[in-house]
Amino acid sequence: MRVPLRFVLPAIVFAGLVVFFFIGLRLNPGEIQSPLVGKAAPAFALESLGDPTRQVGSADFAGRPWLLNVWATWCAGCRDEHETLMAITRQNRLPMVGLNWRDDRALALRWLDQLGNPYVAVAFDHDGRTAIDWGVYGAPETFLIGADGRVLRKHIGAITMAVWERDFAPLLAPQGEG
Amino acid sequence: MIPRRRRLLAVTAIVAGVAAATTLAMLAFEDNLLYFYNPTQVHAGQAPTDRMFRIGGMVTEGSVQRTEGTLKIRFVVTDYRESIPVNYEGLLPDLFREGQGVIAHGRLTDTGEFVASEVLAKHDENYMPPEVAESLHMPTPARPTT
Amino acid sequence: MIPEIGHFALILALLLAIAQSIFGLGGAARHHAAWMAAGRSAVVGQFVFVAVAFGALVHAFVQRDFSVLYVAMNSNSQLPVYFRVAAVWGGHEGSLLLWSLCLAAWSLAVTGFSTSLDGPFRSRVIGILGLISIGFQLFMLTTSNPFERLVPAAADGQDLNPLLQDFALTVHPPILYLGYVGFAVAFAFACATLLEGRLDAAWARWTRPWTLAAWLFLTVGIALGSWWAYYELGWGGWWFWDPVENASFMPWLAGTALIHSLAVTEKRGLFKSWTLLLAVSAFSLSLLGTFLVRSGVLISVHAFATDPARGIFILGFLTAVVGGALLLYAWRAPRLKSAAGFEATSRESFLLFNNVFLIAALGLILLGTLYPLFMDALELGKITVGPPYFELVFLVPMLPLLALVGVGMHAAWKRGLLGSARNRLFIIAGSVLAAALIIGAAGYGEIRPLTTIGFALALWVMATAIAIPVARLRARLPIPGAVLGMVIAHFGLGLTTLGITGVQSFKVEKDVALAVGEAAAVADYDFRLIALRDVQGPNFVGVQADVVVSRAGEPIATLHPQKRQYNSGGNPMTEAGIEVGAARDLFAALGDDLGQGRWSLRLQYKPLIRYIWFGALLIALGGGLAALDRRYRRSAEARAAAAASTATARAQ
Repeated sequence: MRVPLRFVLPAIVFAGLVVFFFIGLRLNPGEIQSPLVGKAAPAFALESLGDPTRQVGSADFAGRPWLLNVWATWCAGCRDEHETLMAITRQNRLPMVGLNWRDDRALALRWLDQLGNPYVAVAFDHDGRTAIDWGVYGAPETFLIGADGRVLRKHIGAITMAVWERDFAPLLAPQGEG
Repeated sequence: MIPRRRRLLAVTAIVAGVAAATTLAMLAFEDNLLYFYNPTQVHAGQAPTDRMFRIGGMVTEGSVQRTEGTLKIRFVVTDYRESIPVNYEGLLPDLFREGQGVIAHGRLTDTGEFVASEVLAKHDENYMPPEVAESLHMPTPARPTT
Repeated sequence: MIPEIGHFALILALLLAIAQSIFGLGGAARHHAAWMAAGRSAVVGQFVFVAVAFGALVHAFVQRDFSVLYVAMNSNSQLPVYFRVAAVWGGHEGSLLLWSLCLAAWSLAVTGFSTSLDGPFRSRVIGILGLISIGFQLFMLTTSNPFERLVPAAADGQDLNPLLQDFALTVHPPILYLGYVGFAVAFAFACATLLEGRLDAAWARWTRPWTLAAWLFLTVGIALGSWWAYYELGWGGWWFWDPVENASFMPWLAGTALIHSLAVTEKRGLFKSWTLLLAVSAFSLSLLGTFLVRSGVLISVHAFATDPARGIFILGFLTAVVGGALLLYAWRAPRLKSAAGFEATSRESFLLFNNVFLIAALGLILLGTLYPLFMDALELGKITVGPPYFELVFLVPMLPLLALVGVGMHAAWKRGLLGSARNRLFIIAGSVLAAALIIGAAGYGEIRPLTTIGFALALWVMATAIAIPVARLRARLPIPGAVLGMVIAHFGLGLTTLGITGVQSFKVEKDVALAVGEAAAVADYDFRLIALRDVQGPNFVGVQADVVVSRAGEPIATLHPQKRQYNSGGNPMTEAGIEVGAARDLFAALGDDLGQGRWSLRLQYKPLIRYIWFGALLIALGGGLAALDRRYRRSAEARAAAAASTATARAQ
């Protein structure tokens, strides 16, 4: 049975739209994993948040897997994920390093004081240069760095236990703990 | 009316209608399509000088200057590689803040400064307009640590 | 515990939705009475469980259960209880549950009120609604679970976005969703018609009241959103052609075209396949809107937090539902033929033009909304389409449409209109043109072409609408609900047009810097800042300005715009000070402290703006009256009686 064009046209037009939407979704920056994944983690050496005379640097953690969590007191999502960060630190033996991004030192210290400190050390990135090196474009972001110094995984946005279990924990197994 | 003639009339009407609608759309699009450029592109001269466009990036910390007692304000928009100064006169959105994402509509002056007619700030601390996020996301070489 | 019950209820709802689809569609295909009955029971069951899930979420919010992630992200211990309830639909997951609840409610209503419908047909409608329900439950359970736990529980929540802590925003989503989702009923009716290969137009009669009901909710929802944006967003705008606003406006345009097209199909059996296509399109646009808002492909002030997995799911769902319906249409619609003819000035002709102009506007708005996406996908640059585009492409088709509305209401079916109506219309036309010129000149001191046309068209529609009951009363004819509804709705349309013309033509907006004691002039009014003081609320602190508005030296009103800082942190919020009047609004919003004792203020004079929303309410009222016309109920009873006697005859 030959179907007149005008009856098939809506379906064809819709199909075209769907193609565009699909492309549009793929373009969504949220989907783009950092070009950093698989490459060497950018080196940094910054002032410690608590004690400006001491330094916190990527070199301190070489040779074992560690986490870098970018956070700030002005970031609502950081508040969201804080409990999860505490839980991750309690349950796992890998160091979590905080990168306090473009923040006020006093406020940041008070935050940790009031809410608890999941980090073994916090680097104070006042002007944001280190964050740029890591390709950070929003807070919070969490990176998993392997024992060989390569970035294994990046998560944009507040991390949840579901994300941790699904995306980060499996990557820890082959490396062993600690 | 003979069915075939009526059919012809209908088809002609539809074609004419679509043509009219398309013409209207084209006319309306002119001047109302605002392209987005990041500060690096503006600095490189890729942004138009004769029409309005959008510029977006982060508001550089410490760059906001008000002319006391007036509505005039000046701030710098950056993508961490280049920066463009923006001049604006009027009320700023509540969400406007240093260190946060911003998009401004306006045009360039001869002096390379941007005069904004409208300033939009992101509506949530974690949200960055996708264009801004993408442009900030262009790979940068690792910098030597200080 | 309760959240887990909610989660479990949702799973049960999904299973029941699956049952509803299988028994509904299968039962109809096999003419299996028991299956069809099971389908109907499944509808009830699904509603019950979705309601339980919704109730569980409300409970979690009211009880401040911050061990539920969604509650922690959208609520706060200081939030008053009514906002805690509203916060249930303040974020993505909860709003999906609201969608689901609305769909379950509509499904229940259709099942309950359509006993006069042909059994298998009704069963198919239920089955299709079930398929759509499956999609939403699945979406929630796989990507957007509102009951996800936060372990360990948060000490306090993140708070509901202060922008949403407002009455209008609490009722706006439920009403809007009732509208969006309500179009699923028309969609289901259309698909059932196509599935059955029905050649008659009875389905149009059945669909019409349901479509009117959904449409009226959507009208109110959109009007509420516009009114809220006006007083809450602080800048006095009432429509921004933002992608999310367009996402609700496009189904409305399609719905408006649909209710008019249904009239023709019901009355004269014409436009059958077109009306079916429209019915499919209205709901498709609702789903499209959901996709655009939640997937992150378009940038908008309103958009929910985005997550690519969700975008993919919605796109898949959209493709399945809409693609399926359109393929069904392509397969079955060609069989439908309309034989009757009509004259150029008959009512059918006017309704045809109504559809043409509405769809033209819809198409152009859709183009403008999706254009940035096309450009981005083709890597041609990142663009936004500014409001002037939408204003122009909407205005151009609306002008002839409004003119024709006035005539169409008086046109007779099938034959051309002539006779007494024609003279009446000419007189009205002349009068409104004169009135428009007078309003412009006397009311606002100037006459502009577009403004005069706008006022004239507004008055034209209102006057021609009123002329109908006047003529009927004179001829001692009754005014059925459908006619009264039509009159009131079109009158409302005229009122809205009046408001829009007034505001867009004569509004004055000024950003000023004022110190206490200083004043600024806006139109004929003098806005003087007389005080600035600190204020405190239940969960915020702020600054309030007292602005006295005078005209010709006489004080008229005092406005109290505020700048608030909510205790839960975040950015400051602006509360505008508005003085409402019969002919205008006076508006002041507080900006920032500029130093040297000065603050920035946005001052506005908005003539006739209230009529925009008042007109919209009348439109919705008209729709409601038309939906409740006894014709639908009476014939329903008659058909039920006929069906009962047939059943009795069969049983013997």
